[in-house]
Amino acid sequence: MRSSKHPFCLRTAGLVAVLSLLAFALACGSNHGSLGSGGGGGNNNQVIAGPGPNVVTLTVDPGPANLVNPYTNGSFVSANICLPGTNTCQTVDHLLVDTGSFGLRLMSNTNGGALTLSLPQVKDSNNNPIGECIQFIDNSFLWGPVVTADVQLSNEIAHTLPVHVVGDTNFNTVPASCSSNGTGIDRDTLEQLGANGILGVGGVQYDCGSACVSGSTIPTPVYYSCPGSTCNSSFLPLTSQVQNPVALFATDNNGVILELPSVSASGAPSISGSLVFGIGTQSNNALGSASVLTLDNRLDLTTTYKGTPYPNSFVDSGSNGLFFLDSTTTGMPICTQATSFYCPSSTTNFSATNNGQNATTTTVNFSIANAQSLNGNNVAFNDLGGPQSGAFDWGLPFFMGRNVFVSIAGKTVTSQTTPFVAY
Amino acid sequence: MNWISRTRPFRLLLTLSLLALALPAAASLGGDATSVQSDASQMKAQLRVTQKQSYAVHEIQTESGATVREYVSPSGKVFGVSWQGPVLPDMRQVLGAYYSRLTNASPNRRPQGPITINEPGLVLQSSGHMRVYTGKAYIPQMLPEGVRPDAIQ
Repeated sequence: MRSSKHPFCLRTAGLVAVLSLLAFALACGSNHGSLGSGGGGGNNNQVIAGPGPNVVTLTVDPGPANLVNPYTNGSFVSANICLPGTNTCQTVDHLLVDTGSFGLRLMSNTNGGALTLSLPQVKDSNNNPIGECIQFIDNSFLWGPVVTADVQLSNEIAHTLPVHVVGDTNFNTVPASCSSNGTGIDRDTLEQLGANGILGVGGVQYDCGSACVSGSTIPTPVYYSCPGSTCNSSFLPLTSQVQNPVALFATDNNGVILELPSVSASGAPSISGSLVFGIGTQSNNALGSASVLTLDNRLDLTTTYKGTPYPNSFVDSGSNGLFFLDSTTTGMPICTQATSFYCPSSTTNFSATNNGQNATTTTVNFSIANAQSLNGNNVAFNDLGGPQSGAFDWGLPFFMGRNVFVSIAGKTVTSQTTPFVAY
Repeated sequence: MNWISRTRPFRLLLTLSLLALALPAAASLGGDATSVQSDASQMKAQLRVTQKQSYAVHEIQTESGATVREYVSPSGKVFGVSWQGPVLPDMRQVLGAYYSRLTNASPNRRPQGPITINEPGLVLQSSGHMRVYTGKAYIPQMLPEGVRPDAIQ
């Protein structure tokens, strides 16, 4: 059921830091081709970067070794996590690369995750530990302390980065406003999260921003101050907020490129490519001929389908399918056993155009297969799709076979307006 | 409170600041618009009511930072709701008896894409990404005559 892992795949936590670079070079559990300087690639002249100081291996596979239910269409990297300013480190594998969120979240080993390091807590001006709540669209949640760590990916380091630890059973009980008085599902376990953490490398630096710094209302539920056993919703300065690690790299800090090869219509048990740091900062991260679409202040672009524009569309590697519109508009029925996916009688081809705030327009051709007919031995699919009322959510299938650049608002990319996506 | 005189027959805009008033301003999906005087203090910061020809829209800016719209029929029933914002509103209050349909939509793992329910008794969509949550829900049988689902935004 689970694809076997490469015999040299490094999964043991606690390996010394000097081996971590080798760990990134070995494509664990993947079928990645040559790891030479040219790398492999998909069609359309895609070039996937080989190993380098600003590159880590990006793999789509069933997820962490202890995960029972395989993860479909998730792309993962490993990172080295250290106590700030020390060489006390551990490698954490299977961090979900998510361009739809911002900041690093790590699952504690107390709830099945990989993090064993006890990282120093972030405190507010009254020396109270800070906790954070993240809610998902179904009112489920993640809860845990905000800590700091030195986070290293290849040669890039974010020093003293505020990080969200989730599933830490030693921390305060989740506040009622986060759990909705216990009615929301707690996702603070390995099986519920599906990964050892989330690496949020989307288009802004701070996961909350100025709204959580000051104002007439405290955004709830986000940050909490925990003076004792009770945590209270709280403002938090930007420097203490959980943030996109890339923004704190000394160089190559203005965005990322996800580079995944294409797959066939039947999918693959795993695929491997590269996560590249920086846009236009090194010889391996130039925009080249990529089309640049400038995003609005919601990080959205406009997708036009059959003449109708959908201005709240977006690109998100953390979505596991192409989610767009509805049965009536697309002509595809919803699956009976999985109402979040489409089940056309046969694979259907589509074409749409994307444009941003600037004038650039691109055409995207894609296919949607019957989700219930997909090969259960595979987890990487470029044709898994489902409904999304009134918008296009270009999830991980969009990233297969094309290099996708995601820039960070407020960071400089020469001759470009940020934030943007480019491909 | 001052009511703006009705000069246009099909649209009347009332702007009310209701921090102190326990005005029946909002309710859960499927409930009575007048049934939540007890909830008024929990969710409300500001209320704006827009009167359309066949229904009213109650827009609430919650204390937590979200915006909720409730679509109310002439008989005072909430037939549709929508929400958006950098955080979710109190979904128990917004969805009422339909709340468990949202929380049970993805029991085994966190949602990895939008949630869609499309049934005769309930249409619900919840989607978004960090900092931008959006969703809507309505009860098809409760739509007032002549009101289409796309009126709920």
